[in-house]
Amino acid sequence: MNAFGLPEILFLLQGLKWTVLLTIISFIGGGVIGLLIALARVSTSPVIQRLAAAYIALFQGTPLLMQLFIIYYGLALLQINVDAWIAVSFAYTAHASAFLGDIWRGTIQSLPRGQTEAANALSLGYVSRMRDIILPQALKISLPATIGFAVQLTKGTSLAAIVGFIELARAGQIVSNLIFQPLLVFGIVGLIYFAICWPMSIWGTRMERRMSRNHA
Amino acid sequence: MQNTSPLNTASMSVSENETLIELKNINKWFGGFHALKDISLTVNKGERIVLCGPSGSGKSTLIRCINHLEAIKDGTITVAGKEMANDAKSIDSIRREVGMVFQSFNLFPHLKIIDNCSLALRRVKGMQRDEAEVIARKYLDRVHILEQADKYPAQLSGGQQQRVAIARALCMEPKVMLFDEPTSALDPEMVKEVLDTMIGLAQDGMTMICVTHEMGFARKVANRVLFMADGQVLEEAAPDEFFSAPKHERAKAFLGEILAHN
Ligand SMILES: Nc1ncnc2c1ncn2[C@@H]1O[C@H](COP(=O)(O)OP(=O)(O)O)[C@@H](O)[C@H]1O
Ligand SMILES: [Mg+2]
Repeated sequence: MNAFGLPEILFLLQGLKWTVLLTIISFIGGGVIGLLIALARVSTSPVIQRLAAAYIALFQGTPLLMQLFIIYYGLALLQINVDAWIAVSFAYTAHASAFLGDIWRGTIQSLPRGQTEAANALSLGYVSRMRDIILPQALKISLPATIGFAVQLTKGTSLAAIVGFIELARAGQIVSNLIFQPLLVFGIVGLIYFAICWPMSIWGTRMERRMSRNHA
Repeated sequence: MQNTSPLNTASMSVSENETLIELKNINKWFGGFHALKDISLTVNKGERIVLCGPSGSGKSTLIRCINHLEAIKDGTITVAGKEMANDAKSIDSIRREVGMVFQSFNLFPHLKIIDNCSLALRRVKGMQRDEAEVIARKYLDRVHILEQADKYPAQLSGGQQQRVAIARALCMEPKVMLFDEPTSALDPEMVKEVLDTMIGLAQDGMTMICVTHEMGFARKVANRVLFMADGQVLEEAAPDEFFSAPKHERAKAFLGEILAHN
């Protein structure tokens, strides 16, 4: 029986690297597309609004696991040969964009109407109105929820193991199968997740408290 | 309050023949609710109109149509010779001639006072930052609030914020200023500083349409008072005439209520 030594630790860290990379890629990709989704969702065109609403409903209303399967096997079915991790990043980006888009849609709509009206009265155009007035305020208000989602996303990347992507959780499973010490190995894996997610949660909570104090 | 003698008319002449705003047969619906009923109004350059009437009578809606914060169903709106069409370019060209001050100030809370005032100059008129700030400072000085330029809106009192909002609108050098109950969200002790600023504007010849129930201001500044109820203009008169001898029953009742509350 193997013991838990340096090679096993390195293997876990290798998995951690993919977890972090996948989280960052899907957060950035999801952020960019999510911003477009949020803007589409508050657009004045009912058609664009409804398309964005459907997109959000689709990804929020189905399990992430199904999305992973469908995108992973769907791409294969379409004869598109891609790396597991490209398919997985694709799925997580779509997932993150729907959730971030909906969070930001909410904060944009929570701003007083007077902000848009004042911008219109000053004849500021759409781009300036969004970039200079609406988004800076909305994104700031949304920070706690956005950080909260990043924490969910980090933990959610463990599902990618299902389609053979070796991230932290899957790496833990492999190591545990080798050395037959599941409690020890998954304990360590859990601690690593915790070490990443907990500071983010604290940061988010602190941000939230500071904002509610500023608003009081 | 203010003394109620009319302002020196020599310095504030109204050009009888230069029409700045013309509303013709405006109708506005909110769903099934007829909010403005066939309203027509002509405002000449340099004229100051006070609009009053009970809450819900359509005063805000009427002035918000002028810069297309509300879209009308039918009728025509002409501002500074430009007739409003339903396209972005036409709306934009009219908005550039019209400044607006809101009851709730609507300053941009995340921007410093100076940036509140200079933003549109940069984004709409394409000015460089320093050029825009020179103009912003000029108008902040004019509303006597230049020393607050580097603060954020939340650090100012309500009266100061409303004066900033006036300066912000003036920066775009509009031909007409619209005021929608600019003092009704203010603590009583701050009302005067805002009204004084507006009186100063009137003295400089600004064309103004003001929704307000401040009778002292109306008597001092207005050329005409329009009384609205149920989406219609029921009475139109010189301020002294309107306040001392209103003709319409609704106007009498309305003035009675205002006096009872003051
Ligand atoms: N966005 C809106 N949707 C539906 N009804 C509205 C809207 N804005 C105003 N109204 C209605 O139109 C009427 C006139 O409103 P408004 O112009 O704000 O009155 P005032 O400024 O004279 O108090 C009111 O009955 C109000 O309820
Ligand atoms: Mg009103």
